[in-house]
Amino acid sequence: MDTAVLDLLKERLDTVHETAISHGTLVLVVAPAELPGTVQRLKSEFEFDLFLDVTAVDWPGQKPRFEVVYHFYSTTHRVRFRLKTRVSEEDPTVGSLVSLYGSARFMERECHDMYGIVFRGNPDLRPILLYEGFVGHPLRKDYPKRAEQPLVPYRD
Amino acid sequence: MDAKLPNPVRSVFEQVERDGTVVVNIGPSHPATHGTIQIIVELDGEKVVRADAHCGYLHRGFEKECEAHTWHNLIPYVDRLNYCSALSNDFAYCAAVEELMGIELTPRCKYLRTLLAEYSRIADHLTCIAASLMEMGAMTAFLYLVMLRDFIYEHLAALTGARVTYTYGRIGGLACDLPPGWLARLDEILDQYEVFVGRVHGLMDRNRIFIDRTRDVGVISTAEAINWGFTGPILRSTGAPRDLRKDTPYLAYAELDFEVPVGIKGDNYDRYYVRMREMDESVHMIRQLVDLLPDGPINVDDRRCTFPEKRLVYTEIESLINHFKLVMEGPQVPAGEVYSAQEAPNGELGFYIVSTGEGTPYKVHVRSPSFVHMGGAHRLMEGYQLADIIPTFGSVNMIGGECDR
Repeated sequence: MDTAVLDLLKERLDTVHETAISHGTLVLVVAPAELPGTVQRLKSEFEFDLFLDVTAVDWPGQKPRFEVVYHFYSTTHRVRFRLKTRVSEEDPTVGSLVSLYGSARFMERECHDMYGIVFRGNPDLRPILLYEGFVGHPLRKDYPKRAEQPLVPYRD
Repeated sequence: MDAKLPNPVRSVFEQVERDGTVVVNIGPSHPATHGTIQIIVELDGEKVVRADAHCGYLHRGFEKECEAHTWHNLIPYVDRLNYCSALSNDFAYCAAVEELMGIELTPRCKYLRTLLAEYSRIADHLTCIAASLMEMGAMTAFLYLVMLRDFIYEHLAALTGARVTYTYGRIGGLACDLPPGWLARLDEILDQYEVFVGRVHGLMDRNRIFIDRTRDVGVISTAEAINWGFTGPILRSTGAPRDLRKDTPYLAYAELDFEVPVGIKGDNYDRYYVRMREMDESVHMIRQLVDLLPDGPINVDDRRCTFPEKRLVYTEIESLINHFKLVMEGPQVPAGEVYSAQEAPNGELGFYIVSTGEGTPYKVHVRSPSFVHMGGAHRLMEGYQLADIIPTFGSVNMIGGECDR
């Protein structure tokens, strides 16, 4: 593990609002508009080549409501870090990373399914774990666990 | 019934791209795909032009359900993610919670978890190889490998009480210690492993039919594998020695001697061979671990997560209250968030958990290797024959429970 790159990263990235170390992982917070640019630099300058994961955390009552959480890994430096951005309920939009990482395609689709986060630039936000015609976003805190869905008709 | 509802699956392509091609649907319930998944392909003759994989048929709201249970109660659920190697899931989940609680495992637990994680890796790889060989008609190899897997299942049943979904990990430890004679039987099974896996090597490695079906099929380069998020045996089959057990050692891996086998081309044959070699390394690790296994307690002495002894629950009030609180309210995990990843048999299995300081998780998210691999699976299928989809899909080892959650 090479943590020197993380210090360098904190120093050089000027778009970052705040940094913190949480349980040994570097956490960076950026504004939604700056996200694709920041990730572009992380990939080209700091060799974070593996897009691990994207998900969201719903904090109802807070403004902005959603926290979109990314994890990246560098196969060169063997370190991982977390990137966060916050989006509001009215406009849950962040830039998509599909042009930088192929793996973002499925994971952004899942996040869109579950939280309704819109990834601008992802051409394919079809439901992935859910189905066409599913109403609502099940991992939002205001979606009741026992909510019922309209039934899908049998195919002919 | 409302007829206006759309078809539950919408393919990314409805029309053929050029003349003479045809769109064919495979699955979601196809006898040759060992997993509930639908693949829609555009064929030019027998050649796959485009492929579109649809998952989600086994979606059961795992992450939503997690938010309604205590931290302990999730352990049976995480078992059912990758049901071929349930112990790896248990340990990865428990490691994430332990990191948030700041718990240091006891030495015996650390070594035992490492041993069992490697044992699970053997069972998982055996399943994967056996199934994909059988789909290519290699029935003898299938039976040899599945027999070995059954030895392991029975052996783990003697330890945990269940054959497939063990619920054996606990936050801060394990459910119980090894029963008497368990390690002796382990030794016998590892000897059997060598005999029968040796036979499978003899049957398959230089088998003309097998090589023709797998060599140069489903090829992927390292750069592309990383771009599509592939980890585990698929990434290693391309020649990149990336393994979390070596790169960011956890449990007892730092003290073990093992190699990270890699492939040459990243095709189906390499994925088969990398898995075979990884099992050998796991056996090598298990033998070291049996010698290293220290004595001592398996659970940490921490009242926040470890249940008091039953004898004490019935005789003293403090233990009774402790037991009651742990069952009714769950372990109080400090507020915070953590992403903890381990090298599961299929690749990087990560748990991202958020706690608000209560007995129930605020959020549990699984970075499951199978789901990510399905995102890039079309890359392995496009440009090859329709019949190659089956061995390619087998070599990716998609596990529906983990992919669809």
